[in-house]
Amino acid sequence: MAIARNDNATLFAEGTASTLHLIVYLAMTITLMVLDHRGGYLSSLRALVGVLVEPAYRLAALPTDVARAARNAIVTQDRLVDENRELREQLLLAQARLKRLDMLVAQNARLKNLLDAQKALGLSVQFAYLLDVDLDPFRHRIVLDVGANQNVSVGQPVIDAHGVMGQIMEVLPNTAVAMLLTDPTHAIPVVVERTGLRTVAYGSGMIDRLELPNIPISADVKPGDRLLTSGLGGRFPAGFPVGEIRSVSNDRSGMFVAAVARPAAALDRSGEILLLRDQPEPYGPPTLRDDVGPPAELAGPLPAGNASTPSKPAAGAR
Amino acid sequence: MNRTRLQSWVFSGSFMLAFLLQLMPVPAALLPLKPYWIGLVMIYWAIEMPEYVGLGFAFLIGVAGDILTGELLGEQALRLLVLTFIVLRFRARLRFFPLWQQVLAVLALLLNDRIVMLIVRGFSGEVMPSLEFWIAPLVDMLIWPFLFLLLDDLRARLRTSE
Repeated sequence: MAIARNDNATLFAEGTASTLHLIVYLAMTITLMVLDHRGGYLSSLRALVGVLVEPAYRLAALPTDVARAARNAIVTQDRLVDENRELREQLLLAQARLKRLDMLVAQNARLKNLLDAQKALGLSVQFAYLLDVDLDPFRHRIVLDVGANQNVSVGQPVIDAHGVMGQIMEVLPNTAVAMLLTDPTHAIPVVVERTGLRTVAYGSGMIDRLELPNIPISADVKPGDRLLTSGLGGRFPAGFPVGEIRSVSNDRSGMFVAAVARPAAALDRSGEILLLRDQPEPYGPPTLRDDVGPPAELAGPLPAGNASTPSKPAAGAR
Repeated sequence: MNRTRLQSWVFSGSFMLAFLLQLMPVPAALLPLKPYWIGLVMIYWAIEMPEYVGLGFAFLIGVAGDILTGELLGEQALRLLVLTFIVLRFRARLRFFPLWQQVLAVLALLLNDRIVMLIVRGFSGEVMPSLEFWIAPLVDMLIWPFLFLLLDDLRARLRTSE
C-alpha cells in the first residue's frame, strides 16, 4: 500500500486525472448524450462538419478501391476469357428470362387496364454506389456516394436488383447513410405474396436473417413464401420483394407463429444500388398548399383529390 | 526543436491512422474481430505522454470519433474518458509492467470499455449485442504488444536521429 501512496504522491499528481475533472467531463458527455438522444443533433453536426467527415470516409475507403483496381489490372488473360464466357452465358439466360418477363409485363399491363389502375408504376430511381466504409460492426449501416447535393432525402427507400435493402437515415452533402433491413432496430411492413397476409419483418442483427415474430397461429405461412412490401406506413412503396420465408415455428409463448426469412436483396454483396425517387403518397389527407393557379371563381368545380399527385422530375438521375 | 516536432508528428499521425483504421472496411467474417484502434492508441499515449493526454484531450478525441463513426454524440467520449482516467491513475504501475502483464491490463481495460459501451447502449434503448461483441478486446490484447513495440521503436529512432 505504501507503493500506491508513493505513486500518487510523486509520479503523477492528482492534477492529470483528478476525480473532479473526471466528474465534470462525465457530466459533459452525459449531457451530450441526453441532448443528442432527444434531439438528434449528431447528424446535423455531422452535416455541418461534412467537409471534414467526407474526406475521411473517402480516405478510409481508398485502400479497398486501390486493391480492387490493382486486382483488375493484373488479372490474367484466361481468367478474363473465362469470365467473358461465363458472362455471355449469364446474358443469354438473362435474355431468356427477360423474354418471359416481357410477356408478364404485357399481361400485367392488360390486367392493370382492366382494373382501371389509377397510376402506372413509373419508377423514378437514382443510381448510387456503396462507399466501402464500416461504421460499426454491430449496426447495419451502409454509406452511399450520393447526398443532399444529389437531392437525396431522409427516408428514401434503397433497393437493389433483387429487392428492398433499407432506407436513408442521414444525409450529408455528398454522402448518405442508409440503414439495412437487417438492423436490429429496423422493421418493415410486409405482405405474404401467396396469401396476402400482412405482418411486420424485423431486422435480426444478422445480415442474412429477418424475423417475423408475430404471425397469427391460424395463418397460412410456409417456408418458401415470398414477402413483398405492403406499402402500409407510407415509407416503402408496395410490391417490392423483401425476402423469402426460410423456416416457420411456434414462438416461445405458443401464441404466435414466428417465421425467419432471408432478405431478397443481396445486402452484403451489392455494390451498386438504386434509390427510389417517388415516395409513396402518405396516408391521410394531403398537406395544405399555397394558393396557386386560377382564382376560385375561374377554376370551376374542384376535381377529385387525384389532381394533387406530385410529379417530381427525375433531375440528377444518373 | 526538430525532435519535438517529429514527436508530435508521430503523436498526431498515430491518432489519424487509428481513425482511418477504425473506419476501414474488413471482410464481414472479421467484423466482430475489429479492434478498437482509437482506444489502443489512446492507452499508449496516456501511458507514455500524460502531459499531452489529459481527460480533456480524451473528451475531444471521443467527440471527434463520434462525429466520424458514432450513432450517439458523446458515447465514445465517455468510453475514452473512462479508459484514459483509469490509465492515468495506474500509469506508474502500467508503465513498468512487463509486457505480458501490460497485455492483461489492456484486456481488462478494453473489457471494461465494452461494459461502458453496453451501459450507454442499454440506456439509449438498443438491443443487446450478440456474444461476438466480447471478442474484440481479445484481439486488442493480441495487438497491443505489436503496437506498443512499434510506437516505442519509432519514438526511439526519432530520438536518436535527432
